[in-house]
Amino acid sequence: MADNVTPRIRVPREAAAGEVIEIKTLISHQMESGQRRDGDGNIIPRSIINRFVCEFNGETVIDVTLEPAISTNPYFEFTATVPESGTFTFTWYDDDGSVYTDTKEITVS
Amino acid sequence: MTFNRRQALVMSMGAAAAAVLPLRLSAAIEDNIAAFTGGAEIGEGGITLTAPEIAENGNTVPVSVSAPGATAIMILAAGNPTPAVGIFHFGPLAGAQSASTRIRLAGTQDVIAIAQMPDGSFVQASQEVKVTIGGCGG
Repeated sequence: MADNVTPRIRVPREAAAGEVIEIKTLISHQMESGQRRDGDGNIIPRSIINRFVCEFNGETVIDVTLEPAISTNPYFEFTATVPESGTFTFTWYDDDGSVYTDTKEITVS
Repeated sequence: MTFNRRQALVMSMGAAAAAVLPLRLSAAIEDNIAAFTGGAEIGEGGITLTAPEIAENGNTVPVSVSAPGATAIMILAAGNPTPAVGIFHFGPLAGAQSASTRIRLAGTQDVIAIAQMPDGSFVQASQEVKVTIGGCGG
């Protein structure tokens, strides 16, 4: 299901060259595990985000493989080294083929 | 309805087979570990797994992993219907080889983290998390 999927990302606006910054991301997604049953006892089919990638100017920061055991609204906190001004690209890959992307700019002063 | 000796024997064998089922689960964990490590030996140390001792709600249990220098860290929940939780691959711009997320735990169980080091070795850490309300379909 791809409705109401909203990424929320926190990245500092500025950093010193080579500084290690903290990034927090959250995307609203029900992450249906495929283990639950509906009222009639039928298994609700799995529907999760199965991969999350963060890149900075095309270089990988983190690449996460997600399984159904990741909670609803997948949240990640990690760090990145910022060598120069540029753009963080965040990409989430859904089981249904949808791809959600968002970008954040950062300025090195 | 009365049981003769043979029927009783068959039933007790069925019960024994049911008791073996949890072993199949641990085989699933070993499959996951083997897929990640390729059967390599797993050492200790150099990896930190932070998880709460008691989680009131198994639907969102915060966990953090950190393994300085690691190329990838896998998290497993030993007592979940499917033990795999996720794999973090760290790229060249990762500031530190650490990450935090929130996971689902079906019940009280061990959470395991295994890190792959750049020299191809593996280290692991595990911690038991007591879960008050399970997070799988409950």
